[in-house]
Amino acid sequence: MRLVVDLTRCQGYAQCAFLAPDVFTMHGEEALLYDPNPDDAQWDRVRRAAAACPVQAILVDQTEIPATAQEGTHVR
Amino acid sequence: MSADGPERAHAFKKGGHIVIVGASLAGLRAAETLREEGFTGSLTMIGDEPDQPYDRPPLSKQVLLGMVPAEHTALPRRREIDADWRLGVPAIGLDLDAHRVRLADGQEIGFDRLLIATGVRARPWPNENERDLDGVFVLRTNGDAARLRRRLAARPRRVLVIGAGFMGSEVASACRELGLEVTVAERGPVPLVGALGGVIGSVVARMHREHGVDLRCRVTVTALEGDPSGRLRRAHLSDGTAIDVDAAVVCLGSIGNTEWLAGSGLAAGPRGVACDAGCRAFDVNGIVTDDVFVAGDVARAPNPLYEYNFLFLEHWGNAVAQAEVAGHNMISCGSARRPHLAIPAFWSTQFGVSIRSVGVPTFADEMMVMQGSLEERRFVAAYGHRGRVTAAVAFDQAKWLDFYRELIMAAAPFPPSFVPVDRPPVMRSMSPEFPDPALPSHGATVTITGHLPNDQRVVFTPARA
Ligand SMILES: Cc1cc2nc3c(=O)[nH]c(=O)nc-3n(C[C@H](O)[C@H](O)[C@H](O)COP(=O)(O)OP(=O)(O)OC[C@H]3O[C@@H](n4cnc5c(N)ncnc54)[C@H](O)[C@@H]3O)c2cc1C
Ligand code: SF4
Repeated sequence: MRLVVDLTRCQGYAQCAFLAPDVFTMHGEEALLYDPNPDDAQWDRVRRAAAACPVQAILVDQTEIPATAQEGTHVR
Repeated sequence: MSADGPERAHAFKKGGHIVIVGASLAGLRAAETLREEGFTGSLTMIGDEPDQPYDRPPLSKQVLLGMVPAEHTALPRRREIDADWRLGVPAIGLDLDAHRVRLADGQEIGFDRLLIATGVRARPWPNENERDLDGVFVLRTNGDAARLRRRLAARPRRVLVIGAGFMGSEVASACRELGLEVTVAERGPVPLVGALGGVIGSVVARMHREHGVDLRCRVTVTALEGDPSGRLRRAHLSDGTAIDVDAAVVCLGSIGNTEWLAGSGLAAGPRGVACDAGCRAFDVNGIVTDDVFVAGDVARAPNPLYEYNFLFLEHWGNAVAQAEVAGHNMISCGSARRPHLAIPAFWSTQFGVSIRSVGVPTFADEMMVMQGSLEERRFVAAYGHRGRVTAAVAFDQAKWLDFYRELIMAAAPFPPSFVPVDRPPVMRSMSPEFPDPALPSHGATVTITGHLPNDQRVVFTPARA
């Protein structure tokens, strides 16, 4: 799955790091590092983290496009 | 099909053809906005990179640290965009009159409306022979990141980082975290001086040194030397010293991807394509075009809050916000069009510190630490220009920045009149210590380029009281 955190919005509250620790980790006190393309097994946790983020900074894929599709094709 | 007037705008929205050149963050978000707002015509996405749109900020952070593979930063989609993707082929020309884009594979693609979102690329090491040495890197694409990560994982004895802007600082931070020896060579007096000024740059210099970076300021790298097999071995510095290195990362800023627009008649150059606040491109005569729009790192647009200067911003958040405005305006007419007036915002993560800015710090003649302290590396500093707040920078204090954003939007007086939480014992206004603005700086992520759409000089004239 694919996700991105809008770090101009994130305030380092670390809720996401509690709810999906394999995907989001705090680096120092406030700096967030995350896995942009975690395993699909993380889906539930990531969705919970995205919902809990107080500033709604986590965007999770809204489509089913396979992350590997590429190359001059007609990708929808 | 032109789209002036409500009826034609409606027809265009139903059955027009939009071409987006540059299939990355800005191109993708613009495409999503078009569909979101009801564009049902055909959409072509042209990108010279082979991959689907991916995110770049993790490349200098998670990817270099080895937490995430370089090819694992694909961007999430907000919605399906039903586009005809032409990936792996660059656009090489634009015929404005004929409304056609020429591709490197010989194809020509017609459009009713065009969005230019070709971004910037890393400024290469100037010497061509030295640039090709094995061990010399730049960092802009996922391929660059994969190559650099591979070299770092092979544990070079020493890495040289050339230029201590945000990119150079992040690379140095990653190297130290990996336990690698790293030397940073910076022309200015301190890191990040072009972006944040000398006062905050000194804080960053201490961060470098405390983390074991061999930081050398006021020097330039004069030559990179290879061995007979073409591998980087040594770097020579302007102070006469030489250091043995097996990897060098060139972090000397970026250049707009506008070569493909040469001769098109648009106001395009190394500092991007000039456009109005509604994202419409200017031609070389300073006349705004009707059907060509610009968004993201390649755009240079005027901002009324900064005295209508044209800002050239290399900010993730700007690419998203400007793409949304461009997408909206491409299918709107008259008063339905919106200006892109978002306050610039930037972040960087280095040495375990979250650095944030809002506004344009270089647009300042004064600054003041409002909360926390520089010594503790936890603070908010406000920047002012001619008595009003123009920017704020926070280290590990992100939660306050929305408040400062409001002050900037309201053109609140500087020094601010409120009593902040956690205020330092002595509050005094000082010079932010920016270098001579006439000198191009590789460290800045916002460049102020004057009032004229065609002005390619780097100008910035703060009032010196
Ligand atoms: C390593 C790194 C770290 C960063 N970290 C941060 C950060 O911490 N915070 C922050 O705010 N910003 C950061 N940025 C900046 C951020 O990534 C950019 O602002 C953002 O990528 C801009 O998106 P864009 O779509 O405008 O341009 P780009 O992402 O540059 O995309 C332009 C696309 O157009 C393609 N293209 C160029 N020419 C042509 C052509 N002729 N034909 C077809 N396609 C073409 C390019 O190959 C590219 O795919 C970072 C950038 C990098 C490289
Ligand atoms: S929960 Fe949201 S604000 Fe908090 S660290 Fe995660 S992304 Fe940032």
